[in-house]
Amino acid sequence: MSIFWRRFRRNRLAVAGAVVVAFLFIIAIAAPLISPYDPNEIDRAHILEPPGPEHPLGTDDLGRDVLSRMIYGSRISLSVGFVAVGIATIVGIFFGALSGYYGGWVDRIIMRFVDIMLSIPTFFLILAVIAFVGPSIWNIMVVIGLTSWMGVARLVRAEFLSLKEREFVLAERALGAGNMRIIFSHILPNSMAPVFVSAVLGVAAAILVESALSFLGIGVQPPTPSWGNILTLGKDNIEIAWWLSVFPGLAILITVLAYNLVGEGLRDALDPRLWGSER
Amino acid sequence: MKELLRVMDVKKYFPFRGGGPLRAVDGVSFTVKEGEVFAIVGESGCGKSTLARVILRLMMPTGGRVIFDGMDVFKAGGEELSRIRRGMQIIFQDPMASLNPRKRIIDAVGEPLLINRMVKRGEVKDHVVELLRRVGIDSDALYRYPHEFSGGQRQRICIARALAVKPRLIVADEPISALDVSIQAQIMNLLEDLQRQNRITHVFISHNLLAVQHFSNTIAVMYLGRIVEMARTEDLFSRPFHPYSEALLSAVPRPEVGGKAGRILLKGDVPSPVNIPDGCPFHPRCHRRFDPCDRIIPMLREVDSGRWVSCHLYNGRFGNLKD
Repeated sequence: MSIFWRRFRRNRLAVAGAVVVAFLFIIAIAAPLISPYDPNEIDRAHILEPPGPEHPLGTDDLGRDVLSRMIYGSRISLSVGFVAVGIATIVGIFFGALSGYYGGWVDRIIMRFVDIMLSIPTFFLILAVIAFVGPSIWNIMVVIGLTSWMGVARLVRAEFLSLKEREFVLAERALGAGNMRIIFSHILPNSMAPVFVSAVLGVAAAILVESALSFLGIGVQPPTPSWGNILTLGKDNIEIAWWLSVFPGLAILITVLAYNLVGEGLRDALDPRLWGSER
Repeated sequence: MKELLRVMDVKKYFPFRGGGPLRAVDGVSFTVKEGEVFAIVGESGCGKSTLARVILRLMMPTGGRVIFDGMDVFKAGGEELSRIRRGMQIIFQDPMASLNPRKRIIDAVGEPLLINRMVKRGEVKDHVVELLRRVGIDSDALYRYPHEFSGGQRQRICIARALAVKPRLIVADEPISALDVSIQAQIMNLLEDLQRQNRITHVFISHNLLAVQHFSNTIAVMYLGRIVEMARTEDLFSRPFHPYSEALLSAVPRPEVGGKAGRILLKGDVPSPVNIPDGCPFHPRCHRRFDPCDRIIPMLREVDSGRWVSCHLYNGRFGNLKD
């Protein structure tokens, strides 16, 4: 653990990413305390005002404060990111563990299913499903989760394949441990490092998909604010109100970048192959 | 003495890309009596470890049977299987890989007690302390993790874990080969003490004849997945019959001044178990090969009381063709 922290701390970009991630968490949790206005408060006297002392990031076409809407929007992004990744991770671990532990025809069926899922362009699948079940934040979380578990399944399968032959697992079997105990108590805890890394990277991908869906109008529905649907307003008013496009765009960029940096930092820090060279 | 373990014509083949199967274990049979120490020696890659794993049913064999205490190991299920599991334990070469890196010692050694409902949850600690004491580990080890120990200590912990289920047979798969030389003797002494005090039968697997010389009652020499010679330890050391055993023994360093130096150097490497030579598997490297060796596979037969050899040299009456 200490080697892990030392290696992670040495990676400045990853630490910067972690700081941004922590900062975004605080903003999302403290949204009602720090946002200057009610995000849905319409003010017809101040429509499409540029950034100024009253509204630091300007107002939109209904006179709503963009800063407040972005602060509340961060809650959407983070919750979609985490719930979708949570679903993907659970589904991926389930199928990956079955596949790697039991092998044989179970493995072949699951892996062919993974190949099929990977061969479908995910974004269009999501579009089609959302068009069918209707846009809501819960549907989006579930659909993103159910279309992004394949990477986790492959990682977990690979870990199980190598761990199930390890001596400590064989020793447990000789001692009379059943399959469930071996899977949950011995193999799974030792295969979580790569899953953890892929989950952090997955949060970034899920946030991006949610923003794209909201931008296309089939994601989070107005008046609930999300970075994606603020961008849509920005597109409609791009010639007169640049702030409606620039700030949510920057927020998405910085968030996704931060999660990716943290994920890659974790990956490098957790990779034991890189440990020997420097202490 | 009662027979405890009977291994009958056990085979384990692995599928191998681009060629026939890899014949890791190719028809091995032997019996081990209760309280005996049965050693299996051979070069790395001769199938010793695979054989150990098959005997414990950690992998299923391609063919053959193993009878443990009257129970058919590969056919057993339910309560019978769990009795077999408790009866046989294994100790591996690498003690670090044998312990779950995320489990504290108390959990690692205590788990088999709980799985087999041998003690109540509240009594686990006392039992673990006692098990650790038997292998010479202090009780302040309880709440530490495997990486905090030395190799020798870890191997002691693995032995304690195996002892937890009160086994009657321990299969030790190269238990000292990964340890420092200074530690090897300590672990050997520990195993000998356990064998003597608790009458635990041992199948001791090693590539080092010297390590088994004083511990084992019987030695089986393996080559390419088969037993080539099986004999009482003192008989094998005083006069090996099979040319391969002869070569192995001649490689054992002898400390006596003026001890005979006549070392037999084997030519070449062990052939691949995917491509086992025709006839006697050992013939390409054999220094005594003659006419039938590259055509006819010799059978393992008892050529003298308690002495089994698979070699054409001893095909007729005992000693007929020797020299």
